Amino acid sequence: MGILNKLDNSVEQFESGNIIITSMDKLLNWSRLSSMWQMFFGLACCAIEMMATSASHYDLDRFGIIPRPSPRHVDIILISGTVTLKMATRIKRLYDEMPAPKYILSMGSCANCGGPYWEHGYHVLKGIDRIIPVDVYVPGCPPRPEALLEGLIKLQERIRNQSLAKHIA
Amino acid sequence: MAELRTEEMILNMGPQHPSTHGVLRLVLTLNGEIVEEVKPVLGYLHRCFEKHAEAMTYPQVIPYTDRMDYLNAMSNELAYVLAVEKLLGIEVPERVEYIRVIMAELQRIASHLVAIGTYGNDSGAMTPFLYCFMDREKVLELFEIVCGARMLYNYIWVGGLSHDITPEFITKTKELVKYLRPRMKMINNLLSYNKIFIERTAKIGILPPEVAINAGVSGPTLRGSGVKYDLRKSDPYSIYNKFDFDICVGTGERGVVGDCWNRYIVRAYEIEQSLRIIEQAIDSIPEGDVQSAVPKRVKPVAGESYVRTESPKGELGYYIISDGSLNPYRVKARSPSFCNISVINQISRGHMIADVVMILGSFDIVLGCIDR
Ligand code: SF4
Repeated sequence: MGILNKLDNSVEQFESGNIIITSMDKLLNWSRLSSMWQMFFGLACCAIEMMATSASHYDLDRFGIIPRPSPRHVDIILISGTVTLKMATRIKRLYDEMPAPKYILSMGSCANCGGPYWEHGYHVLKGIDRIIPVDVYVPGCPPRPEALLEGLIKLQERIRNQSLAKHIA
Repeated sequence: MAELRTEEMILNMGPQHPSTHGVLRLVLTLNGEIVEEVKPVLGYLHRCFEKHAEAMTYPQVIPYTDRMDYLNAMSNELAYVLAVEKLLGIEVPERVEYIRVIMAELQRIASHLVAIGTYGNDSGAMTPFLYCFMDREKVLELFEIVCGARMLYNYIWVGGLSHDITPEFITKTKELVKYLRPRMKMINNLLSYNKIFIERTAKIGILPPEVAINAGVSGPTLRGSGVKYDLRKSDPYSIYNKFDFDICVGTGERGVVGDCWNRYIVRAYEIEQSLRIIEQAIDSIPEGDVQSAVPKRVKPVAGESYVRTESPKGELGYYIISDGSLNPYRVKARSPSFCNISVINQISRGHMIADVVMILGSFDIVLGCIDR
């Protein structure tokens, strides 16, 4: 059973097998990290790699990540591409519309720091972290799907270790 | 009974919308479910290609052309490099020409697979998307063998190529050609001739040939309207005149000529033609050094050049003005998606909201190419 395997050393199971005891933190974190719904939202070239990652060859579904079109349904948002100033206001708004807890993964050099457009791109936001808080940065132009998967696993680890007392939604 | 009060409704679609293929925003004026006007709002992915081209040297611009239309980076590189070579007046070895054509055709297959897959997805069919991306992955693997990159390659250089191809590439390409034929048949059975899909796309968004020509529409979108115009045949560049292939046009096999289904099916058929070109080219690649014609410094004399090529999306052209220095004075890109999208208002008037999604998908736009 999922929860027993995943939380092995912190779960106590009673003899009859129907009752388990664990901490609230562990239970919440486990459920959050195992079904991170992702916003169906792509910006530029990195979005194509993101699509390739969610298609059958790399298969994001096995991490419980499925794309949803509305910000109201989602837990994570992958910023996949160049953020222009015109788009930045929209991203901020989408972020504000997401229910907490929410996580941000910044994918690719453009979202991290402006990428190839950092010098002459007068209209490119030099890093998405200037407007919304980022949890994981994935470098690359574009990052390979393996790199994106690694980033998502890092994010899962981060969620696994968060605690209710410390987490500020 | 009192008169019912009616008024127009303005609906905003995008820039975050699952079926606008990126960050396109459409402002729809609606009369109930019926669309009266569609106004595209661009600029959410403006990345100032022209400004970058002014600040970079000629070879440094190549990676930026990759990022313009990221689904067919090879075709973009090819067009730009051909324009620079025309300016420099250099001849490239035959081997380079062959490899370039093979790469451009492989890229066309990859791009069309994405177009087919995402179009299926737009119409509510998730499975073709998964199959198409699986096959695209096989094409990307070939690119990876030769240049290490999956999507944005910087592979085609001025006067040559960054790497020579390997024997492994040749065997794998032949395997791919064998593999893709039955797969395309399967995808056609799965999606193209699927009754539900045909109901969604046939007789929707009919684009008459005159309107298409007047608006400067090109590529599969134009050929879907029955116009036999393909720059690989009409104005051959590189060595396309050596190969034997057909121009696919919409024939009204289902629906009527110029509707969404015909635009879509042109892409499915073109994959077969690309496979034919690859088959002919892969066996006759001459020997040679792929970097023998690469100039030490790209510094053309003052002048200008324009080269147009048939990219998977349509007519892609680069206009370069040189002032004799190391940087181009000006580079203007004529991007196919930008011209194609301009007819959306004319052909979606009078359709339902849901049909606008299908019409938009049938253009196979890439926002990087529209906004640049
Ligand atoms: S990081 Fe590179 S691949 Fe990703 S959006 Fe920016 S330019 Fe495109």
